[in-house]
Amino acid sequence: MIALIDYGAGNLTSVRKGFAAVGAELYTPTTPRDLEKSRGIVVPGVGNFAATAALHGPWTDAIRIAVGSGAPLLGICLGLQWLFEGSDEAPEVAGLGVIKGTCSRLPQNDGIKVPHVGWNSLRVPRKSWLLEGVAENAQVYFTHSYAAPVTSETAATCEHGAIFAAAIESGNIFGVQFHPEKSSEPGLRILRNFVRATQR
Amino acid sequence: MLSKRLIACLDVRNGCVVKGVNFEGLRNAGDPAALARRYNQEGIDEVVVLDVTATLEGRRAFEATIRAVSSELFIPLTVGGGIRTEADAAAAIDAGADKVGVNSAALADPTLLTRLSARYGSQAIIVAIDAKRADGRFQVFSRSGSTPTPRDAVEWAVEAESRGAGEVLLTSIDRDGTRAGFDCELTAAVSTAVSIPVIASGGAGTFDHFTRVFQVGRADAALAASVFHYSEHAVAELKQHLREGGIPVRC
Repeated sequence: MIALIDYGAGNLTSVRKGFAAVGAELYTPTTPRDLEKSRGIVVPGVGNFAATAALHGPWTDAIRIAVGSGAPLLGICLGLQWLFEGSDEAPEVAGLGVIKGTCSRLPQNDGIKVPHVGWNSLRVPRKSWLLEGVAENAQVYFTHSYAAPVTSETAATCEHGAIFAAAIESGNIFGVQFHPEKSSEPGLRILRNFVRATQR
Repeated sequence: MLSKRLIACLDVRNGCVVKGVNFEGLRNAGDPAALARRYNQEGIDEVVVLDVTATLEGRRAFEATIRAVSSELFIPLTVGGGIRTEADAAAAIDAGADKVGVNSAALADPTLLTRLSARYGSQAIIVAIDAKRADGRFQVFSRSGSTPTPRDAVEWAVEAESRGAGEVLLTSIDRDGTRAGFDCELTAAVSTAVSIPVIASGGAGTFDHFTRVFQVGRADAALAASVFHYSEHAVAELKQHLREGGIPVRC
C-alpha cells in the first residue's frame, strides 16, 4: 500500500483519483506508526511552506525511517519543496533536507506573472525512473509561486522567469513541482512510474 | 514557455448543460460528463462547470454532476455558481473540483476569499467578476449580472488578489453570448493591474477573437462555451490557429 500523507495542506481528492486511474489505491495513515507497512509514501500539498510545519516531529521521523529502509517517496508541489532544506516563504520552518538547497520566489520579470499557473513544458536532461516515457517538451500543469533550485538531483527543469527544478530524483526520493494528477497523459504516466518504483 | 489556456465552460442547470445569451434565454446543450469527456479528448486545457441557477434544491444534483464530470478529467476542473459559504466550497471540492469560483458572496463579504484561500490555498480560489461598461468604467454586477454594485472591476480584482484570490475569471456582460468578440479593453485593464492570471470570458465567436484577447487583451486564458459546444474539432482547430498566430498553446 502507498501512504498519502494528509497534513491539512489542501484537498487530496484529485491526487487519490489520479492514482486510482493508474490502479493504485492510496491509504491515509492516521498515525506515523502506520507508515511502517507502507510500500511508498506520497507527500502532496498546496499553499504556504509554513503548512509543512505540521509534518515536524513524529511524521518526519517516520518518513525518514521508511525512506531509509527503501520505500519510495514522492513529493508533489509543496511536497517537492519540502524535500529541500527550506524555503524563503517560511524561513523559520525546516524542510526534510534530503536535497541541499532552499526554495525561493520566482522572479516577476517583465510580462511574467507570479504565481506560475498553467501548462508549461519540461526539459528532461537525463534519464530517470520517474519520467520514463515522458517526452522532452511534454506539457504539465503548474500552480505555484515558489520553486526549487536546479541541483544534481534535478530530473526535469521548467522555465518561468527563471529555470527551476520541475522534477527531482535521487535514489528512492522523487518530487514534482507540477500536479501530475491534473496533467493529463504525461501526468498519469509519471504516477504510473512512481507506482512501479514502489513495486521494485 | 507558459501556454495560453483554453477553457471550456459548461453552464449547468438541473444536471444539463444550457447556454444563454446575455445571461438569459437558456437552451439545452447536452450531458455535462459527455461534453467534458469530448473536450478532454479534443485537448481542452481546463473545464469550468457553472451552476447557472444554483438553487438550493438543485445542490445535491449539482454535486452529482461535479462527481460525474471530474471522474473523467485529469485536467483542472473549476466549479462556480452559488458558492456562498465555506461549506459550499467544501462540498464542491470534495466532489472533485480543483478550484472554486466565487462571485456574489465575495462581493457581499470579501473576507470569504481570505478564509477560503487559507483553507485550500490561493490556487484553488477564483474570483469571478461580471462587469459591464457604464460611464467610461467597468461596473461590477452581482447575482448573475442582475444586480449593479458600486464596485469597479479593476479595483475589485486588485482587492480580491490581495485577499487571496489566485485567479480572476472576468466576464463581460455586454459581450456574453453575443459572439461579438471578447472585451479586450476590459481584459487588458484588469490583467495589467493584477499579477494573478486573468481568464477572459464573454463574447467568443471566431478564432480571431481568441488571438485578439491573448495579444491585445493580455489574457492568460480564454473561456468559451458555445464555440466549443456546437462544433466538433473546434479545440484542435483553434489551437492550430493560435499556434500559427505565434501564441503558445498546449499540444
